[in-house]
Amino acid sequence: MPETMNVKLKVKRFDPADSGGKTWWQEYEVDIHPDSTVLDSLIHVREQDDGTLALRCACRASICGSCGMKVNGNAKLVCKTRVVDVAPNGEQLTIEPMGNQHVVRDLVVSLDTFFSQIKRVEPFLKPSYVPEQGEYTASNESMENLLTAMNCIMCGCCVSDCTVLEVDANFIGPAALAKAWRFTEDPRDSQRNERLKSLNDEDGGMWDCTRCMKCVEVCPKGVAPMDRIMELREAAIEAGNTNTSGYRHTESFYKSVKKNGRLDETRLAIDSAGWTNIPRLLDLAPIGIAAMRKGKLPPLIPHKSEDHTRVKELYESVEGESK
Amino acid sequence: MYEHDVLIIGGGLAGLRAAVEVTRAGADVAVISKVHPVRSHSNAAQGGINAPLTDRGDDWEGHAYDTIKGSDFLADQDAVEIMSSEAGEAVLELERMGVIFSRGEDGKLGTRAFGGQKVARTFFVGAITGSAILHVLFEQSLKLGLNVYEEWFVTKLIIEDGACRGVVAIDLKTGDVHTIKAKAVIMAAGGAGRVFEPSTNALICTGDGLSLAYQAGVPLMDMEMIQYHPTTLARTGILMSEAARGEGAYLLNSEGERFMEKTAPDYMELASRDVVSRAEQTEIDEGRGIDGNVLLDLRHLGREFIEQRLGYLQEVSIEFLGIDMAKQPVPIQPGMHYIMGGIKTDVDGATIVPGLYAAGECANVSVHGANRLGANSLLDTVVFGRRAATHALEYIKNVGAHSEAEEDIASEKARLQALLDRQKGERVATIRNDMARGMTKGIGVFRDQASMEGALENLANVKSRLSGFSIENKGKVFNTDLMFGLELQFMVDCAEAVVAGALTRKESRGAHFRTDITERDDENWLKHTLVYKDETQEHGNRVETSDVTITQWEPVKRVY
Repeated sequence: MPETMNVKLKVKRFDPADSGGKTWWQEYEVDIHPDSTVLDSLIHVREQDDGTLALRCACRASICGSCGMKVNGNAKLVCKTRVVDVAPNGEQLTIEPMGNQHVVRDLVVSLDTFFSQIKRVEPFLKPSYVPEQGEYTASNESMENLLTAMNCIMCGCCVSDCTVLEVDANFIGPAALAKAWRFTEDPRDSQRNERLKSLNDEDGGMWDCTRCMKCVEVCPKGVAPMDRIMELREAAIEAGNTNTSGYRHTESFYKSVKKNGRLDETRLAIDSAGWTNIPRLLDLAPIGIAAMRKGKLPPLIPHKSEDHTRVKELYESVEGESK
Repeated sequence: MYEHDVLIIGGGLAGLRAAVEVTRAGADVAVISKVHPVRSHSNAAQGGINAPLTDRGDDWEGHAYDTIKGSDFLADQDAVEIMSSEAGEAVLELERMGVIFSRGEDGKLGTRAFGGQKVARTFFVGAITGSAILHVLFEQSLKLGLNVYEEWFVTKLIIEDGACRGVVAIDLKTGDVHTIKAKAVIMAAGGAGRVFEPSTNALICTGDGLSLAYQAGVPLMDMEMIQYHPTTLARTGILMSEAARGEGAYLLNSEGERFMEKTAPDYMELASRDVVSRAEQTEIDEGRGIDGNVLLDLRHLGREFIEQRLGYLQEVSIEFLGIDMAKQPVPIQPGMHYIMGGIKTDVDGATIVPGLYAAGECANVSVHGANRLGANSLLDTVVFGRRAATHALEYIKNVGAHSEAEEDIASEKARLQALLDRQKGERVATIRNDMARGMTKGIGVFRDQASMEGALENLANVKSRLSGFSIENKGKVFNTDLMFGLELQFMVDCAEAVVAGALTRKESRGAHFRTDITERDDENWLKHTLVYKDETQEHGNRVETSDVTITQWEPVKRVY
């Protein structure tokens, strides 16, 4: 193995003091140990080439969550990203600050977005009683189950790449929902139903996730926030929280595919809004008219898929298994 | 200008535990930290937290004695008695706050074995115990609405009429300099690992708190006691928790021998850290290492067990070295890890400066003496973080209103501006690396008069260059370049105290192992070293000594 490796970096810079807050790209090249991480390269730049480059980092061991940033367009914890894995043939790496968060300077983003989302889920144990002596009794399995979410180091990678937050800043976000799950699943917490109800009812709550999987893909600690969100939804429905467009959307989707073997999009839109929800239905009308003009309006009476009986059999087989 | 009853510097375990205590008492408290609290280095504690729980057949005296023996009898026994007897309640309280400790079949907290102790009394969360506790204390801080100055960097303590009355700090996000007045200040700013290179410590562990207190006239105690952790990952220096050995891992040399049999036949891999690190270094020095490492072997524990109980270690081993621990042993070496020495405090966290308290790694109570037991550092933070808060609350009852004096901020602004105004000079990182490598070389696992004098000489060279470095970034917003320059000055203070303490102690004890004086000398050296800042002296300091407090355990020969 050669003594050193040449790393080429293209870093997005931002200086708020520069007139109007200028953004620009800057290229660097460093020669470092072949096993080095992207963070090692950036530290090398900062220490040897350009002291003005700002980034956060602390532990270098993927436990403090400081060094989230975008590498070639995807959020990563750069201390655990080896250069050879992202640039196997010495390609130039594009480094940018995380997305969906205000940039303070260069690769440093404001922590306000992330932590205001976390605070919305009241992220602390709310027990019904506190033992006067000793600890709460709980099974080891129930505690180990929570480790998935406790592995979260609050690096913000999931928030950075969340496609919902990109268009809706009010979404509570993947990290906060995973944190909420950590409490709804904790046998010591007494507010499970209240938490579920609030996350179910809240504008920007659990139903706003579009299941794009991006947070699962970029999470460096295996928290898989989207999976936690899906578990929250199931728990919320089980607890009887069904008066939401999210639940109606799920149910309509389920029923129309079961019945017709394909999705009835017109009905899905109306079901999700709710048949008596006149204001929401009026909101939908212009979308329907625009779609009709372009010839994109789905048929009002759905066609059945040729194989719809086989789809139904699949449903029955799966439901039979889960019973 | 900002004002609080109590200001806590540092948002790690000691700082947040203290903050919870002050908040509960209804006093006005704030935490100030150069990083967001969840970025603190308490995160990096992996293996667990010790507590002798009496309802499980353990007794606090057993833990106290193991701690004192581990300390090579340098710990103050009154302080250890307090820590051990308060340990159980401190850990149970963390559980009641929400920490998801691993449990046994009965649904009660479970334990694992740890070094230097025959009783398994280490409570844990996988291999992320520090992180799991830190995040829960952070949750509590949100619940209590704790005021945190996030990413503010303290540059100076305000001392008025001999008492600590606040700080001067830079808000890194704006670059503005402010004073924060306080009736009492609790220093919980963490360790100084970056004084050495390599180190398991985060890049933020630059001894800021130790230096600030030292500058204010408080002695730093037993600074020569530097812990080299026996298992740090080859090349990267990343910590591999003692939990691996606690759960049964072997240490092997190049000949496949469990070499601990030679030095610690009874405790084997679970001897005290200083003992294991020396044994490893001896293997490496005598040619039975592998490229400067020995091997940590977990294969016999099985994949399922490794992934369940030591998941983070497996993650790190695969991510950084590409080694699957279930299939292959991992190359490891001793690495600088912890500083037993620190700001001298009494058992209530009080320093000799009224209104200034200290807790956690930056403090020296002293409970770790010449060698800290694994899983005692987390315990130290919560027990003494709470005690410092309790005592500070008492102290502020008799403190008058905040003063109006503003001279501190003017002089600090001028000092910082002068740093920024320096034209083309040496890079901070170059000087820092020279300092840190010189420290590792001179004050290593093994040391002698010549190596320590080498460190002193190197440090003199480093100090002479401090007036010549320049800050490339002249901007205000998030100017980490300026912060690194200030941190270097803090680190040099710490290095100075380490070297002074080391040259003073004419014996081998715990982590201070001199190859030229290999024996412990209780007759002359059952003493603490106290380094005071003193510019009238040749090396900028003077060293005094004080007796170790012995309550019920007379020093005996330390055998594992």
